Amino acid sequence: MSAAGSVREQALPAGWELVVGLEVHVELSTATKLFCGCANRFGDEPNTNVCPVCLGLPGSLPVANASAVESAMSLGRALGCEVRGAVFARKNYFYPDMPKDYQISQYDQPTNIDGRLELPDGRTVGIERAHIEEDTGKTTHIGGGGRIHDADHALVDYNRAGVPLVEIVSRPDIRTAEEARAFVRELRAILLAVGASDARMEEGSMRVDANVSVRPAGSDELRTRCEIKNLSSLRSLGRAIAYEAQRHVGLWSGGERPRQETRHWDEANGRTTPGRSKEDADDYRYFQDPDLVPLSPTPEVVAAIDAALPPLPAARRAALIEDCGAELSAVDAAVLVERDQDALVRAAVAAGAPPALTATRVCNDLAVEDWSKVTPQLLAELMAMESAGQVTATQAKQLMAEMADSGEAPAAIAERRGFKAMATDDLDTILQRVIADNGDAWDRYCAGDENERKKLAGFLTGQVMRATRGQADGSAVNRLLQEKVDRN
Amino acid sequence: MTALEIAAAVRSGERSALSVVDEHLARIIESDREIGAFNLVLADEARSTATGIDQAVARGEPVGPLAGVPVALKDNLCTRGVPTTCSSRMLEGWRPPYDATVVQRLRAAGAITVGKTNLDEFAMGSSTENSAFGPTRNPHDTRRVPGGSSGGSAAAVAAGFASLALGSDTGGSIRQPAALCGVVGLKPTYGAVSRYGLVAFASSLDQIGPLASTVADAAACYEAISGHDPHDSTSIDGSRDPVVAGLGRGVDGLRVGVLAELCADSALVGGATGLDGVTAVEGVAPDVTARVDAAATALEAAGATISVVSVPSAVLGLSAYYLIAPAEASSNLARYDGVRYGLRVEAANAAEMNVATRTAGFGAEVKRRIMLGTYALSAGYYDAFYGKALRVRTLMLREFAAAYADVDVLLGPTAPTTAFELGAKTADPLVMYLNDVCTIPSNLTGHPAVSVPFGCGDDGLPVGVQLMGPALSEPMLLRAAAVLEQAALPGGGAL
Repeated sequence: MSAAGSVREQALPAGWELVVGLEVHVELSTATKLFCGCANRFGDEPNTNVCPVCLGLPGSLPVANASAVESAMSLGRALGCEVRGAVFARKNYFYPDMPKDYQISQYDQPTNIDGRLELPDGRTVGIERAHIEEDTGKTTHIGGGGRIHDADHALVDYNRAGVPLVEIVSRPDIRTAEEARAFVRELRAILLAVGASDARMEEGSMRVDANVSVRPAGSDELRTRCEIKNLSSLRSLGRAIAYEAQRHVGLWSGGERPRQETRHWDEANGRTTPGRSKEDADDYRYFQDPDLVPLSPTPEVVAAIDAALPPLPAARRAALIEDCGAELSAVDAAVLVERDQDALVRAAVAAGAPPALTATRVCNDLAVEDWSKVTPQLLAELMAMESAGQVTATQAKQLMAEMADSGEAPAAIAERRGFKAMATDDLDTILQRVIADNGDAWDRYCAGDENERKKLAGFLTGQVMRATRGQADGSAVNRLLQEKVDRN
Repeated sequence: MTALEIAAAVRSGERSALSVVDEHLARIIESDREIGAFNLVLADEARSTATGIDQAVARGEPVGPLAGVPVALKDNLCTRGVPTTCSSRMLEGWRPPYDATVVQRLRAAGAITVGKTNLDEFAMGSSTENSAFGPTRNPHDTRRVPGGSSGGSAAAVAAGFASLALGSDTGGSIRQPAALCGVVGLKPTYGAVSRYGLVAFASSLDQIGPLASTVADAAACYEAISGHDPHDSTSIDGSRDPVVAGLGRGVDGLRVGVLAELCADSALVGGATGLDGVTAVEGVAPDVTARVDAAATALEAAGATISVVSVPSAVLGLSAYYLIAPAEASSNLARYDGVRYGLRVEAANAAEMNVATRTAGFGAEVKRRIMLGTYALSAGYYDAFYGKALRVRTLMLREFAAAYADVDVLLGPTAPTTAFELGAKTADPLVMYLNDVCTIPSNLTGHPAVSVPFGCGDDGLPVGVQLMGPALSEPMLLRAAAVLEQAALPGGGAL
């Protein structure tokens, strides 16, 4: 999925450990805003989804949107949080895109606390809290230099003002940049599963800030952290963390210490730049918002939310591995669940398909937008043909693609195309010839250790494939090679 | 004519709503130059609404319990398309795109808005001298203040400019001007009346209520404006007991407690009552306390039992209030930043524009309270100030609840003195703040309280006495107020 983003994303020097906590803002995909009846919709004409409440007009009052609160609670439960009575608080600071010049959020009594998120590799990251708050409007600086300091003027679109957000705050349990990305991917999968958000980083419906620090490996201290903002993709997230960690190691190693501050990720130049220093940070003067009554979910409400939770990605991966066996890697299981193909694989396996082969084939060869025509039955038939050696792996891949397109039975497609695996005798003849033509390789194969053999088996199989134009079954070639060595 | 008499006459066709409105408009034109009750008079709109009501009456259509009643609205209540200023430069010329819930409800009841009344800027004050548009004067003596912050509304009713008025009460802003202008003023239970469309001062304390010339009018207005509103999540759900229908039932058997902390000089407190050790609020004038004692006597004569009750935390109310209210105000008034509406003073960038706008737009008292509140909420001070004030509030709730286990209503003065002269208390904000010392407890507890005129002080100016009760006890409070109203009439025995 995501290879290292850049050369900078390398391991820290020996003796150092990375400590990362993430703050993820997620827009809930409710029909209406958090405190009024305006449409919660991305991309509309500016300032068309507004009313006295979300514009903060004098005299207007917020009323909490029950479905937003429920959605936030569902997310909390999906993250294993305790859902509690909560109060809305005002976070006071002046900013032109914030209509009331305070943001309604949750402070010392958030809706969700103390959860955990299990990564596909089995590690868990603690969730400190997941609280509900309103989004701000969106400012566009135009004219002049077009940036915040040198623009001629600013235009504010309040369509986003009052859109419901949940801020998920992880504990500083993340140890690598890749783990940070895995956390965000997994969180996204959970958000999609519970239907809380469409979680699109590029549209801003999921925004990630990273708190980064380093410490000597093995210590459990928490050193000065920097909060990196403006991370609009997984790639940026990984690169920014890696850059920032190296910067911190450099500072500490040189006898300096990082300043606690907010930093911005500069994607173009691949570095973080200082933003506001926490020392002159605003005092937000939080206090309970007297316009809103506390949220008091009863045990019955929480039980109903639990009952309505769909199967979550971690559980689905576990079930898939349970059905398909340990040969199925955690990574492949994650991919299948992310693509919602786990149910297909499990149903095909239940219908008799070979588990590991089926999972691998779907994972590698059914990465298409629309696979709705591939029924468990058809998939099971195809996998039976392949595992029985009736078609080669290459042919099976082609059949998979056509099946996804047309929904036709694999046997019928194979028949029409004249697909069939080569008989073992024919294959043996061709293999003999390949061995004769590549005597040197064969000798090294026979004499080599396991690694060497693996390499040369690949080469020899490739030669057979070339000679047969892909009609040979790779695993059959491997088997024949093994037999010949054994006979030698 | 009272509001209810007007409504009855209009409904029966005996009087036209237009003639009622014209009569009131004529009084406004004649005298408001002197009084200054209104920021804005809506003559054309009022006449056209009146004509509509008269046509509806002619067609035999239902026209509502307040049909044809001229009402004045405090100018911090949003009126669609009609300027709503809060008597501040900051909102001069701003026209809300929506009506406050109470405005909608009054209209549905058939009432006719004749104008928007003056107030202390953003309802911060006790004399209506803090208005950006000049003070309102007391119709009983124009050298004197009408009280505040709903001074314009109280003066409008007292001067006969409107039969009813709406005010808002955060620390006494309905009751204190009602007392000083000799009218009835009700601060309903917090949540009984929707705050939607009331420009917020201190959200946990603000409550809209009626000012009227009679208890029955106040009750009818309360019935019209109260009730749950889905736009205000702090509004109380559920049905309410009727108020007007029960007004005549008297106070036989009602347990009335004279609140000792508000009545240091009362003949009833101390001595035989065994409440010698009470620490009472300072500054309540003896001639005001004398009217409280007279009210207790009148209620007793009507069948109530009188006792003296002590609620020690009542004296802490003022201090707690002047932390909580400014704290909330500092946040509520942040939105006046020059970006979206109201005043904007241009400057080099948004932050400087914000400062320039707020510097020019707010008056001294508003700035003072914003600073007080900002300080009270600041990191490092929160616990000592705002946090402690919240604990006082909790203590007061507990002590008042205990008091209401023993008595049905509490009795005390509304304001420490009768109306004072303009400028008499403007030099020292703390002296001005003491005007609210008797009214603040009900705001902090969220309980209802009514001020009803009960005779005059030594200077011949009106005195109001205050009846306080537990949550949603408005029917009982107004019933007792009606008894006092009756007793205060010439020949009623109490004057």
